[in-house]
Amino acid sequence: MNAFKTLALVAAAAFAGATAIASDNFATLRDGAIAQEKDAPRFAKVENNDIKRKRAYPMQPPTIPHKIDGYQVDLNVNRCMACHSRRVTEATQAPMVSVTHYMDRDGNFLADVSPRRYFCQQCHVTQTDARPVLANEFVDIDELLQGR
Amino acid sequence: MKALLLKYWRVISGPSKHYSLGFLTMGGFVMGVIFWGGFNTAMEFTNTEVFCTSCHENLYAELQDTVHFTNRSGVRAICSSCHVPHDWTDKIARKMQASKEVFAWMTGSISTPEKFEARRLTLAEREWHRLKANDSLECRNCHQFDYMDFTAQSQRAVNMHSTALAGGDKTCIDCHKGIAHRLPDMSGVDMAGLD
Ligand code: HEC
Ligand code: HEC
Ligand code: HEC
Ligand code: HEC
Repeated sequence: MNAFKTLALVAAAAFAGATAIASDNFATLRDGAIAQEKDAPRFAKVENNDIKRKRAYPMQPPTIPHKIDGYQVDLNVNRCMACHSRRVTEATQAPMVSVTHYMDRDGNFLADVSPRRYFCQQCHVTQTDARPVLANEFVDIDELLQGR
Repeated sequence: MKALLLKYWRVISGPSKHYSLGFLTMGGFVMGVIFWGGFNTAMEFTNTEVFCTSCHENLYAELQDTVHFTNRSGVRAICSSCHVPHDWTDKIARKMQASKEVFAWMTGSISTPEKFEARRLTLAEREWHRLKANDSLECRNCHQFDYMDFTAQSQRAVNMHSTALAGGDKTCIDCHKGIAHRLPDMSGVDMAGLD
């Protein structure tokens, strides 16, 4: 009996809590009551047009302008390097990975890609046609310098 | 001549010990059909994925992540679409070869994940050689170069397909290794065939 009472109380409290939150008007990205399950947004399509995007700042790792579905990058093999390694870029006309990728942390040049640069997707990512949920307030350095 | 024909007729129509030769011939024919059919059914079964998966379970799991398992078109490639030639005689030849696999299976050449990993490059190389030698016949059973619409392909694909592939210097497997499976250790293997 006692246990039942406690259970009922807890349930009532939880219910009250839920309605309280739901009625609150939080300004969130979620755009809907918290207790409600929203429709999932559409899957965004990965850009596959091979057109280079501009870089936001000079050191920015360039984004990937194509699909990489199913590309294996692990201890066994690095699919990206099948086109971007020094030896094949003439045949593929893909950009060669920059010389920094061949440098170890002491600045020595190695014969092959340095282990710390091996996993391409740590820095390079594909782009999608998803619309940003928030406006991007990034200001380009050139605009900053011009005091705009 | 007439006598000869008559003699044959008597042999065929006349009662032999138990059955007429005609009956035996017919019977033989019917049994032939049954056995032939049964043989082919057995052959068909050895082409099913259930059969291959009974020994290559891990590879079926891998295949499920790839474009040849699910895609927007809903067309699937099964093990035998890529691994068994469609031509009947080739199929027999492949089956004879595959009997070796049964032997290998009994001796347990790939019976554990570790053993499989260790042997994987050797096995993969056999497949690459086979596909290289037949100009990627199995791929072309589904993907025909003549009907590729370059305007619908991605730029990277067009660049390669309209040059190295169109010119006949390269075949599908030169560039598309690992299209259906995880690749083994590829150090020392020419991945894109472009080197
Ligand atoms: C009786 C178990 C068994 C079955 C069933 C089986 N395999 Fe195999 N398969 C093996 C073994 C064991 C090997 C490794 C052979 C070796 O170590 O040389 C192998 C190797 C292979 C290879 C590597 C290339 C080669 O020639 O060695 C391919 C490809 C292959 N199998 C495909 C298939 C396909 C497709 C099917 C279904 C039609 C199938 N296998 C059914 C046991 C089997
Ligand atoms: C049973 C038919 C069939 C066979 C055999 C086959 N494919 Fe495919 N392949 C397909 C289908 C279907 C698709 C997906 C088409 C789509 O995008 O809807 C596909 C997609 C592909 C893609 C595109 C991958 C991507 O990410 O868009 C490549 C590359 C490819 N196949 C290469 C090969 C190669 C190489 C072989 C031979 C080893 C082969 N295929 C054998 C049916 C087949
Ligand atoms: C010289 C290298 C090369 C050869 C040979 C080659 N391909 Fe490709 N293929 C590519 C590249 C590069 C891509 C684009 C990148 C990717 O999908 O990984 C591609 C993409 C594809 C696609 C996806 C189409 C798209 O719009 O991206 C299919 C399907 C395909 N190839 C099938 C084949 C088939 C079938 C053959 C043999 C008849 C073949 N390829 C031969 C390099 C090649
Ligand atoms: C789209 C074509 C395709 C399909 C479908 C496919 N394979 Fe393969 N398979 C290949 C190619 C190409 C290789 C050569 C190695 C590579 O490039 O990954 C290979 C290699 C293998 C090997 C050698 C070991 C290895 O992993 O490289 C085995 C065993 C094998 N396949 C079994 C199977 C089985 C079992 C299935 C069904 C579950 C299957 N394959 C489905 C194309 C295919």
